[in-house]
Amino acid sequence: MIVKLKNITGYLMVMPYLIHFSIFIAFPILFSLFLMFHRWNIISPMEFVGLKNFYRLLHDYYFWRSIVNTLVFLVIHVPLQIMTALFFAELLNQKIHLRGFFRAAFFLPVVVSGVVVTMLWEQLYGFDTGLLNRILVNLGLDKIGWLISPQMAMPSIAIMATWKNVGLYIILFLVGLQSVPAHYYEAADLEGASHWQKFRYITLPSINPTIFMVVILSTIGGFSLFIEPYIMTSGGPLNSTLSAVLYIYKQGFFYYHMGYAATLGFFFAMLILLVVFLQKRFIERDTGR
Amino acid sequence: MLKKLVIHVFLIFGGLLFVYPFFWMVSASLAPENELSQLTFIPSIISGQSYRQVIEKIPIIRAFLNSLFVSLSITTGVLIFGSMVGYALSRMQFRGRQLVFYVIIFTMTLPFQITLIPQYILMVKFAWVDTFLSLIVPYLMNAFAIIMFRQYFMSIPQDLIDAARMDGCNELQILYRILWPNSVPALITVGIITFMASWNEVLWPLIVIRNETLMTMPQVVTLFAVGGRAESQLGAKLASATMLAIPIVLAYVFFQRYFIQSMTTTGMKE
Repeated sequence: MIVKLKNITGYLMVMPYLIHFSIFIAFPILFSLFLMFHRWNIISPMEFVGLKNFYRLLHDYYFWRSIVNTLVFLVIHVPLQIMTALFFAELLNQKIHLRGFFRAAFFLPVVVSGVVVTMLWEQLYGFDTGLLNRILVNLGLDKIGWLISPQMAMPSIAIMATWKNVGLYIILFLVGLQSVPAHYYEAADLEGASHWQKFRYITLPSINPTIFMVVILSTIGGFSLFIEPYIMTSGGPLNSTLSAVLYIYKQGFFYYHMGYAATLGFFFAMLILLVVFLQKRFIERDTGR
Repeated sequence: MLKKLVIHVFLIFGGLLFVYPFFWMVSASLAPENELSQLTFIPSIISGQSYRQVIEKIPIIRAFLNSLFVSLSITTGVLIFGSMVGYALSRMQFRGRQLVFYVIIFTMTLPFQITLIPQYILMVKFAWVDTFLSLIVPYLMNAFAIIMFRQYFMSIPQDLIDAARMDGCNELQILYRILWPNSVPALITVGIITFMASWNEVLWPLIVIRNETLMTMPQVVTLFAVGGRAESQLGAKLASATMLAIPIVLAYVFFQRYFIQSMTTTGMKE
């Protein structure tokens, strides 16, 4: 009897989760599968259109453009993030003064809203009055069209995103570096190992889980970019910063193409899962885990 | 010795790289508009003009209170419900427990892009658009919080729970009177992450709130920046961004250690 009663309490305690899950996750997923075969602007009646949304997606320049843009973001953001984080983590791993202070400073942009960071960098990137171009001019170099050149706009956003997130990875790399026992390096020195060998065979394995995390979270982050292009460029110039979420937002809440926006959302989500899955497989094979 | 000097030079350079832009933002927001085009670090006179403009043009104080209410409601809900489900999953025996656990793990891997449109339609059908319900209720359950609590509760000795049960506590009393006081680190971690994420959320409010008096702070500031009402007055834009940054930066300055710990133990970012 007591066991039974405890059983019921267990069910009662997970019940709020199950209800919430059914309404806000399970139902929306099922509904989006349904919506993908329809045209609907919420107000007028829903119209069945068969596979039209899929056909449209395959031939949609903006859909493919947003994927290319995300790739451009990742190609710049991921290596930059790893190198910068590793560089500062190595510095912080030495015996230095004020380590806590530096840690806190690097971490500051991580906690501040993306809206603040974007508004701030919009000014830094300004063509005539922006801080970065003024520095370039003072150094006798040419100005860069950070946000106004189609080639530079997405890289500029990738640099800004690195600045915002890198503090987190500095700390995570630091934890990895500190977990390596000092005598490993001493032994390697005795054996006459080069700097590169020490890095490859001692340092790298200890920070590998963090590198893995940077890759996965950056991929998700790249496909989730929204507020940065929304504020800075609204997708321009020439659609070079049109991100996946910005495109869904435009289709859904600007044109009210609910069926097509749901189709986009579904395919982007599948793409994210696929890419993350492949990355995971690749990294696991590479490290023999 | 030289090596140490080089390291410190690099670190100071790095520190400036991450902090100086914020100093510039604050100092420019306090400068008179005609001094903004110069590179002066400290304005010749401190002027509250930009802040006055922001307060006159957008309901930013109201938005601050809205954000505070929404974020605190979500955080409270996530702590109460998250620990409850986490407790059931870690300490109670019932059929289907493992299944519920897998469902939660599944939702953690689910990209939000897939539910964005149908969730909005749900809000329309519930008539929750332009109410705080749409900002709060979908966020009351958080898979990550449940898993955190589950892991933490598993490390608490069973004796403690048995003793409480002997004293006649029911399960909810055990959870909130016995386990909570013994789980302060988990509560802080989940609390900080949840509060930060909901304070900084901007996509969802932009979708479900159109009524200006109900808007959250990041939303109001975003619309001020892109909507033309700032009339390209740089000072006012930077003042609104500063006002948006202040609450979280203050919290960060006071609870810095917890912020860094929370975010790194979970490896999650906003």
